[in-house]
Amino acid sequence: MTDETILLAHGSGGKLSHDLVAKRFFPFLANPELDKMDDSAVLELSGRLAFTTDSYVVNPIFFPGGDIGKLAVCGTVNDLAMSGANPLYLSLSVVIEEGLPISDLERIMQSIKGTSEEAGVSIVTGDTKVVNQGQADKLFITTSGIGIVPPEVNISGANAKPGDKVILSGTMGDHGIAIMSQREGLNFSVPVGSDCAPLGKLVSQIMQSLLNVHCLRDPTRGGLSSTLNEFAQQSNVGIVIEEGKIPIKEGVRAACELLGLDPLYVANEGKLVSIVEPEYAGEIVDRMRESDYGKDAAVIGEVVSDHPGKVIMRTKLGPSRIIDMLSGELLPRIC
Amino acid sequence: MKFVDEYQDSELAHKLARRITALSTKPVVLMEFCGGHTHAILRYGIRQLLPDTVEMRSGPGCPVCVTAPADLDKAIAIAYLPDTIIATFGDMVKVPGSRSSLQQAKAEGADVRIVYSAMDAVSIAENNPEKSVVFIGIGFETTAPTIAASVLKADEKGISNFHVLSFHKLTPPVVKALLNSGETKLDGIIGPGHVSVVIGSQPYQFISEDYGVGCVISGFEPLDILLTGDNLVEQIEKGEPRVEIAYPRGVKPEGNKQALKLMQQVFDVGEANWRGIGIVPESGLKIRAEYARFDADIASPVSPEPAKEPEGCRCGDVVRGAANPLECKLFGKVCTPESPVGPCMVSNEGACAAYYKYASDNGARYD
Repeated sequence: MTDETILLAHGSGGKLSHDLVAKRFFPFLANPELDKMDDSAVLELSGRLAFTTDSYVVNPIFFPGGDIGKLAVCGTVNDLAMSGANPLYLSLSVVIEEGLPISDLERIMQSIKGTSEEAGVSIVTGDTKVVNQGQADKLFITTSGIGIVPPEVNISGANAKPGDKVILSGTMGDHGIAIMSQREGLNFSVPVGSDCAPLGKLVSQIMQSLLNVHCLRDPTRGGLSSTLNEFAQQSNVGIVIEEGKIPIKEGVRAACELLGLDPLYVANEGKLVSIVEPEYAGEIVDRMRESDYGKDAAVIGEVVSDHPGKVIMRTKLGPSRIIDMLSGELLPRIC
Repeated sequence: MKFVDEYQDSELAHKLARRITALSTKPVVLMEFCGGHTHAILRYGIRQLLPDTVEMRSGPGCPVCVTAPADLDKAIAIAYLPDTIIATFGDMVKVPGSRSSLQQAKAEGADVRIVYSAMDAVSIAENNPEKSVVFIGIGFETTAPTIAASVLKADEKGISNFHVLSFHKLTPPVVKALLNSGETKLDGIIGPGHVSVVIGSQPYQFISEDYGVGCVISGFEPLDILLTGDNLVEQIEKGEPRVEIAYPRGVKPEGNKQALKLMQQVFDVGEANWRGIGIVPESGLKIRAEYARFDADIASPVSPEPAKEPEGCRCGDVVRGAANPLECKLFGKVCTPESPVGPCMVSNEGACAAYYKYASDNGARYD
C-alpha cells in the first residue's frame, strides 16, 4: 500500500517519513551538500549574492511541455538569472496532499533532477510535509535560490533609458495556453506545449559578450504587458512596441482568438524581455538566436521619453493603443 | 493564420479607410451594437483611421452590462440559499448588485462556480444530486440555443436538480426600442455578428424599412468593421438605407434554422428588463411551461429588496449610446476593472472596460 500513495504517516517525522525522503528524494537530488544530511547546507560563497523564492501551485501538475517540478526549478532559476546572477543552489520544499500516487511524485522528482542538471544548479536543502486530503491540491512546491552576480553586472527594472531597444527572446503565451487547454471545463486541443525552460545559460550568453543590458525580466503571470509596464514605471520612461514584431505561435493565436484572450497578457515560463543599449541590440539578438531558448528572439520596440510610465503599441494597422497591465483574471468571453 | 490574417491586412485596411474618407461628406453617427465590436475597434485603433465625420457609439450588445440590477440581485439572492450551487459565466461574478455581488456571496460561503458552457452546469448538477444547481442564463440569441440544448440534455438524462435563471435577451426588439426613443440620432447600425449567425439578417429588415436607417451585419476583425463602415457611409451618402451582411462567412439571411428551432422549443418570448433601458416588450426569453421544472424562477423563488443603480454610474447611458465611457465621472477613478462600480467596467464586452484597457491615458485619448 505504502508504495502506491502518500499517506499522512509519510509526514509524521517517523520511519515512513525517513523512507520517503531516502527513497523518493535523495536518489534524484544527490550532491555533496545534501548528502551530509545536516540541518542546514553550509556553502562557501563569495561576491554579491542574489536570493529569491517562489511557490508553485499549478493545476494540473502535469501539462504539455512540463510539470510542476520543472516549473519549480525553472521559475526560481529564471528569477536569479533575471538579476544577472549565475544560479547555483536551490532549496526544495514540498507540501503533498495525502493520496498522491507515489509514481506521480517520482515522475516529478525525475523532472526536477533533469531540469536542475540542465540549469547547472544543486538542490542542497529541502523539506517535506503531508497534509490531509483537501488541505492542498495534490502537490505544492516552494523553491528558494541563491546565485552570484558578477561584479560588473548591474541589472534592474529601473535602468531603462530613452533610446534603448526592447528585445524579446521568443514567442508569447505558450505556457498560459498550454495550461488553459488542460483546465477542467475548458478542454481543447492545441498543438502548443509550455515553454517552461531554465534561462540561466541564455542570460550568461548575453552577459558574457556585452555589459550593455539594462533590464531583464521573465514575463510570467500577467504576460509581456505586465513586464513592460513594470519597466516603464520603475524607470519612469515610455515604451513603444510594434504589434507586428511580437512573435506568437499560430496555435497560441488561434486559441486566443477562440477564447477572446490577448496573447500579450498570457503567461510564459521560458522567455525573457531585455532592454539594451541600442547599438548592441543586433548583436544581442544574434547571440540569443544561437540558443535553443532564444531562436525566435527579436527587437520589438524601444524606450522613449514621451508618456513616462506607459506602454503604447503600434497595432498591425498602424494606429496606436495603450498596453495596460493585466487587471483581474483572464476569462474567456461569453459572446 | 488563415481566416484571421486576411482580415487584419494593413494595406487593405488603409485602402478602405481612404475610401470611407473620400465617400464621407457629412457627419454621421454609427452605433456598433456589440461590445465585441467596441473592443475590436479600440484594440486595433480603427477610429484613428476613420475621418472625423464618422462618429462611433457603443450599443447595448454586452450581456452582462444590460442585465438589470433587479435580475442581478435575484441571482445573488439565490446564491445565498442553502444547498444551492450557482453556475455562471465568469464576468457575472464581479458585477456589483444593489447590496452584494456573486463574488461577495462566494466569499461568505455560497457555492458559486464559473463555467464556460451551460453543459458544464448540467454535469455539476449530475455530480451533485443533493444540491440545486442554478445556471444564470445571460446573453443574446448567440448563447440562448446552447442553453436550450442544456435544458434538453438535462431532460434527456432525467436530471431534475438543474435550473436556469433565464435573463436571455433578444436583439431586434431592443434596436427598435432605441430607435423609437430617438434619444441618440443614429445614421447607421453595425449589426451584431454572432447573434446574426443564429437569427440571420431578416429580423432586422424593419430598421431600414420602418426607420430609414441602414444596418450592416459585421464580423469582428478590423477589415470586417471597415468594410461595414464603408458600406454604411455609402448607403447614407446615397440616401439608400438597407440591411446587408458584410460577414457572409458567418451569416446567412435566414440564420441557423437548427439553433432557432432549439431556442423556440425551450423558450417563449416575453418581456425583459434591460439596464439603462427598462422593460422592453417581447425582448426576452422565458422557459416554456413544458420545461417549467428547469425554471429557477419557479424552483428557487426569491424576493430581494428593490434594486438600486450604483450612484454616479453611467452604465445605463453607455449601453444606450447616450454617453461615451470617458464622460462618466467615475471612469478610471472610482471605477476600474479592479474595483468596478458598474458592469460595463467588468465585462470583456463592456464599453468602459474597452476604453480603460485600450484607449484612455489620464486624459490622453487613443480612441
